[in-house]
Amino acid sequence: MKEKKVRTAATANGKIDQIIDKYQGDASALIQVLLEIQRENRWLPNEALKKVSKKLEVPLNQIQHIATFYKAFSLVPRGRHEVQLCLGTACHVRGGPRILDRVEEVLGIQAGQTTTDMKFTLETVNCLGCCALGPVMVVDGKYHGKIVPAKVEDVLKNYD
Amino acid sequence: MPGINSPAELEKLRKGILSKRDPNKPCIAVCTGTGCLALGAEKVVAALKEEIKKHGLEDKVDIKETGCPGFCERGTVVVIYPEEICYLQVQPEDAGEVISQTILTKKVIDRLLYVDPTTSEKAVRESEIPFYKNQMRLLIGNNIKLDPKSIDDYLALGGYSALAKVLSQMTPEKVLDEVKKSNLRGRGGGGFPTGRKWEECRNAPGEVRYVIVNADEGDPGAFMDRALLEGNPHSVLEGLSIGAYAIGSHEGYIYVRQEYPLAVENVGIAIKQAEEYGFLGKNILGSGFDFTVKVHRGAGAFVSGESSALMTAIEGRVGEPRPKYIHTAVKGVRDRPSCLNNVETWATVPLIINKGADWFAQLGTEGSKGTKIFSLVGKVNNTGLVEVPMGITLRDIIYKLGGGIPGGKKFKAVQTGGPSGGCIPEEQLDMKVDFDELAKAGSMMGSGGMIVMDEDTCMVDVARYFLDFLSDESCGKCIPCREGIRQMLKVLTNISKGKGREGDIELLEELSQVTRDASLCALGRTAANPVLSTIRYFRDEYEAHIKEKRCPAYVCKALISYYIDPEKCQACMICLRQCPAEAIAGGKNQIHVIDQEKCTKCRTCFEVCPPRFGAVKKISGEPVPSPIPEEARMIARKSKEK
Repeated sequence: MKEKKVRTAATANGKIDQIIDKYQGDASALIQVLLEIQRENRWLPNEALKKVSKKLEVPLNQIQHIATFYKAFSLVPRGRHEVQLCLGTACHVRGGPRILDRVEEVLGIQAGQTTTDMKFTLETVNCLGCCALGPVMVVDGKYHGKIVPAKVEDVLKNYD
Repeated sequence: MPGINSPAELEKLRKGILSKRDPNKPCIAVCTGTGCLALGAEKVVAALKEEIKKHGLEDKVDIKETGCPGFCERGTVVVIYPEEICYLQVQPEDAGEVISQTILTKKVIDRLLYVDPTTSEKAVRESEIPFYKNQMRLLIGNNIKLDPKSIDDYLALGGYSALAKVLSQMTPEKVLDEVKKSNLRGRGGGGFPTGRKWEECRNAPGEVRYVIVNADEGDPGAFMDRALLEGNPHSVLEGLSIGAYAIGSHEGYIYVRQEYPLAVENVGIAIKQAEEYGFLGKNILGSGFDFTVKVHRGAGAFVSGESSALMTAIEGRVGEPRPKYIHTAVKGVRDRPSCLNNVETWATVPLIINKGADWFAQLGTEGSKGTKIFSLVGKVNNTGLVEVPMGITLRDIIYKLGGGIPGGKKFKAVQTGGPSGGCIPEEQLDMKVDFDELAKAGSMMGSGGMIVMDEDTCMVDVARYFLDFLSDESCGKCIPCREGIRQMLKVLTNISKGKGREGDIELLEELSQVTRDASLCALGRTAANPVLSTIRYFRDEYEAHIKEKRCPAYVCKALISYYIDPEKCQACMICLRQCPAEAIAGGKNQIHVIDQEKCTKCRTCFEVCPPRFGAVKKISGEPVPSPIPEEARMIARKSKEK
């Protein structure tokens, strides 16, 4: 039920059409179009992919190939808050995996999953380029540097 | 702004910009690179602006939001001109004093200065801080001097003079000769001679050619390309335009990963400004040369940073590599000749043109010329970006610039070259850093990531980490890479879980060889480097894991336990309260005990136990002593009995 609701909202919003129209007929812009839809909608609904396929004249299976190949794309709805945990080398040697364990424990999900209440989506990333702050956890774009396992819960409880 | 139509007009414009700028007018430069932003640089800027307004100094003081100067460890970094006073770890609360003291009464605020940890001496100027003093900052040095969103700032520092020189005084062949003579080698990883690549592309048959900036910086632990593209985008554009002229290309691409939103934004603004001023577009500077640039955002795939993969991604297809029997310089984007170079390589080009190939070629070593930016990260005191001439020793980078290892720990290894590189041990610290020496040591330059590891880093775990990364990022197109990495990862995971078997090391070596020899692209061909280099230098650690089921660095969770020494525990409740797994039993005056079943080995207890007690012990390769009986756990405190 919930998913359906999100889906209607996504395609009803004319922004997706606007994005696609901007690049009409230019098949080489495919990845850029998908990136913009992803940014606008935070995931790629099947209806949107079909529309892209038609307007850019690219077969749907090729679009699926791209949407599953690149990390930026999600084919399922995402949580309201995005938690990214950096597991770049510098964060790794500074204890990133221990933070991940703790976040997974607190949220009750594995990396790559979304909580059933659609509150959080947890993702690991391979270097955010602020290695001086490692280990780093980013929630909705806000950086929490030099984080320790004991602080994870304090940070996450500020979101609803 | 009407377009500039000749080098003379450019010089006139530059003079105009400079004449409006008073070199003695105070200017506060605040780093707003990603690192400092994460530390709250935005608030510092807002607070400074507020103070400037409060004192009615809007016309008397400039404030500049700049790119990253590299010293991320001490962000937010603020430099005040013209005195070049460098303040570190500046907080919004410091803004009032910065204005009232430093700007109004020219007093230096002592507590914001750099303090040398060994001599306790303070450094006022940026150039006096050891981290900066020992660098040669040809590329990254301008970052703190300019607002990346202002083309006038770039012009004020002499920007686009190299492009003007090339277009008005040099033939494309001459530019090519100059770059060849400089012996510049690609900064992206391979170290291929840039001039030769340009020449191959120029001589390839076809009408349309492309030049491409590779800003798909995917090596975990490396962020110099981001700093350059974010902090000084025009320098990259200028280099790209010069390359296009030499190669005979009229269309360029900047492929930048979407994980770098600020870089995407700044380079987009830079392109627009360059078009308005006439540095991009038709008939550039009246020379008849046309050149346009488009930005293509990468959607997050490490393998798409490989040249042939990146080019297919530009076409809007899945970014997978192809065999390169024919170089991409001959057949790249849409099967047309395409010259791809890394951000840092392009940014070096204007320097070579301005100062000459001879000047450039005298920097560095025999085989590697010029400077290189490294990102010095991990277990090192001064984390950040450092630009040094090729040929400097690893020891100098880690100790002179990096300030050594934090917490009095012992250095174990430095990992260079990202997932394709290797780990270099202490015995080789006096090695001169350049393309060839690093390769000899079983590692590589890569894009310049340098991750320092101390005694608390497990080398088996590091190898496993990189293989895990690579198995995730392998596109799966060729079997040796896809399966080779997967199998090596399996063996390494087993070893780190205490399930290693005799012969695993030899098996890893064999798998490494096949993966290296038979993979399609560099990702697979170099994937074994982290494994081979750690086996080569740290074989004893592998053996400890396999034979004794012991992790000498106490990292591999399955092989370690935490234990509270009842002799040392003072029942202070600190670890008990902070344990996120609630695995510690005990109470006031009752010696604490870790429930090994509940313990998640998060290390919190070990870290929070006050050093004067030092009661939490790490154990590996031996059984955990059984807890002392309940009745023996009470501590009688003399002072409290009174």
